[in-house]
Amino acid sequence: MRRCLLALCLLLLAAGTAVAEKPLADPALETRARALFEELRCVVCQNESIASSHAGIAADMRTLVREKLADGESEDEIKAFLVARYGNYVLLKPPFEPMTWLLWLGPLLILGAGAGVLLLRLRRPSPLPAERSALSAEERERLRILLQEEP
Amino acid sequence: MGRRLLLLVPIAVFAAVGGFFLWGLLADRDPSAIPSMLIDRPAPDFALAPPPGVDVPGLTSEDLKGNGVTIVNIFASWCLPCRIEHPVLEGLSSAGNRVVGIDYKDKPADLQAYLRELGNPYQRIGGDQNGRAGIDWGISGVPETFIVDGQGKVRYRHVGPINPGDLEGRIQPVLDALKRAGG
Repeated sequence: MRRCLLALCLLLLAAGTAVAEKPLADPALETRARALFEELRCVVCQNESIASSHAGIAADMRTLVREKLADGESEDEIKAFLVARYGNYVLLKPPFEPMTWLLWLGPLLILGAGAGVLLLRLRRPSPLPAERSALSAEERERLRILLQEEP
Repeated sequence: MGRRLLLLVPIAVFAAVGGFFLWGLLADRDPSAIPSMLIDRPAPDFALAPPPGVDVPGLTSEDLKGNGVTIVNIFASWCLPCRIEHPVLEGLSSAGNRVVGIDYKDKPADLQAYLRELGNPYQRIGGDQNGRAGIDWGISGVPETFIVDGQGKVRYRHVGPINPGDLEGRIQPVLDALKRAGG
């Protein structure tokens, strides 16, 4: 009985995905659709692309992407369509724009700052060894006394 | 003096980074919330026929223009939180607000039973069988509620069920402000 139920559940699951997920007839177009799925974020999951999500709305979006590609829309047009509705949130790779300049350039800035500090340190002349070891008159006098005390 | 100040740089950097993390931990924010793109923009274009067996007309974006402030509730009979917020919608409707619904990915028979059981606060219901209108509205789930002004512009978005506290603290103030501004 339990096994029967499990089989039924699996069957329903399979049926659920099979009905919604019909790949495009044109393999090249289907490849483009799948590449685009990877770039689009599922809006109800945490950081999952619609390619790997089982959420209902992710399946709807996959259908939508396939339809639009079949209608001859470009990847950028489809992305713009979804961004108009869900914002940049829907893109897994944020676009390069004033809001995200810091995000994209931040690592470079930090690297540059580090290199700057390093350069400054390297270019500053280190004290000469002679200066460092030079003894004052007082110190020389103490040294002389100490050496004389030596048996 | 300059060199002394330079020594403070690591502390300043630490404070900035630490402050950011503290904000991430403590701020009253929901990291999974998606900001709506629709606020202060016209409601999306859509035209939905009424689901079969429902005795109210369907819903199109044209119905949201020139009809005063409208509360657009996206719901489904299979959605439990929708059931919970239903009395709040009934209350809004009987208080004279224009409430319309979008029935999201639902079966007509289930919807009929749902409305029979709980009552119908909706003046119009559009049936969104394939969830396409839901994507146009940028929803991530049901229920979601939008307040649209008389010009057909979206002014407010509420994600999740409207509980009585939300009604008093968020929804009603928006409705009042829009009505004072003349819809």
